[in-house]
Amino acid sequence: MTLWQIIIAASIAVLALKLAGYLVPPALLAKPTPSRIADLLTVALLAALIAVQTLGSGQALALDARIPAVIVAAGLFAIKTPFIVVVIVAALVAAGLRALT
Amino acid sequence: MTSAPVTVPASHPLDETHQQRLAVREGLAVGLATAAYGVSFGALSVAAGLDIWQTSFISIVMFSGGSQFALIGVLAAGGVAAGPAAIASAALLGVRNGIYGMRTAPIVGSGLWKRLAAGWITIDESTAVALAQPTARSRRVGFWITGLAVFIGWNATTLLGALIGDALGDTRAYGLDAAAAAAFVGLLWPRLKRMQAVAVAVAATVVAATLTPVLMPGLPVLVAALVAVVVGLFNWLGGPALPGSASARRGRRS
Repeated sequence: MTLWQIIIAASIAVLALKLAGYLVPPALLAKPTPSRIADLLTVALLAALIAVQTLGSGQALALDARIPAVIVAAGLFAIKTPFIVVVIVAALVAAGLRALT
Repeated sequence: MTSAPVTVPASHPLDETHQQRLAVREGLAVGLATAAYGVSFGALSVAAGLDIWQTSFISIVMFSGGSQFALIGVLAAGGVAAGPAAIASAALLGVRNGIYGMRTAPIVGSGLWKRLAAGWITIDESTAVALAQPTARSRRVGFWITGLAVFIGWNATTLLGALIGDALGDTRAYGLDAAAAAAFVGLLWPRLKRMQAVAVAVAATVVAATLTPVLMPGLPVLVAALVAVVVGLFNWLGGPALPGSASARRGRRS
């Protein structure tokens, strides 16, 4: 697969899922299980992505400046800091630690 | 935003106009806030190896923050070889938009083109603002204004971020890899209000980290998603089931 093919396939898949919601009979919504699984699916994927993005280095685990940056980010989100501010601070923490070491 | 929508219909026409104005104001505010972090997506996408065209294509066609960050996150870790896993991660994160569509369809009304356009901009933000409005008209106004405001802002700032990322060069030195992880934390945070969600998040983190050295990049994230399916199916730690759960009202970022 080329990068473009991956990008187009993923984009169409996500767009198709959005449109599918308008075709599904509303009766399905009355059942709590599909909604609950969709909710938890989002949680699990985001949590897994945090783990990989923080600890992964190709196919290995690496402990580096990303860990303190993510801990700082979680603390800032806990006190309701705006998204963009947290993302910038996290980058600065990692960049600062790397510049020092 | 997180409070339940008031169900009393506004009978007075002045009230109705007022409600619509409030819906417009809220939609524009959410659009502005979302646009601010489109910059981080653009920069991170270029850092992951995509060019500016590819980055903008994703923001226009895919147009769903969580899926977009997932796609470039997996590609950054595994390259083109992780393509199938990257597509699957993006698609699985997009499933919730389909659930939102079931809720917003009655707000939007019928008509093929209208529904196509509405489907395209059915995301966390447009759904959350729409469902929080008290009247049918203000819900419709809230949905369209928020969706369009986020669409325009997100795409403009994605392009800006891609240009900045392109100019930066070595993105690790600027901590952009840590910024990506922080962005995921921000998307996850508003969803951790219940014990069940916290348990799933912790389990998924452990599964993904444990499998990273064992499986090819992208797959650990997909295996971790199974945690959600199993816990959701049996409703472990869930307590009594709430019909039509409040997924859209929880967490509006992404």
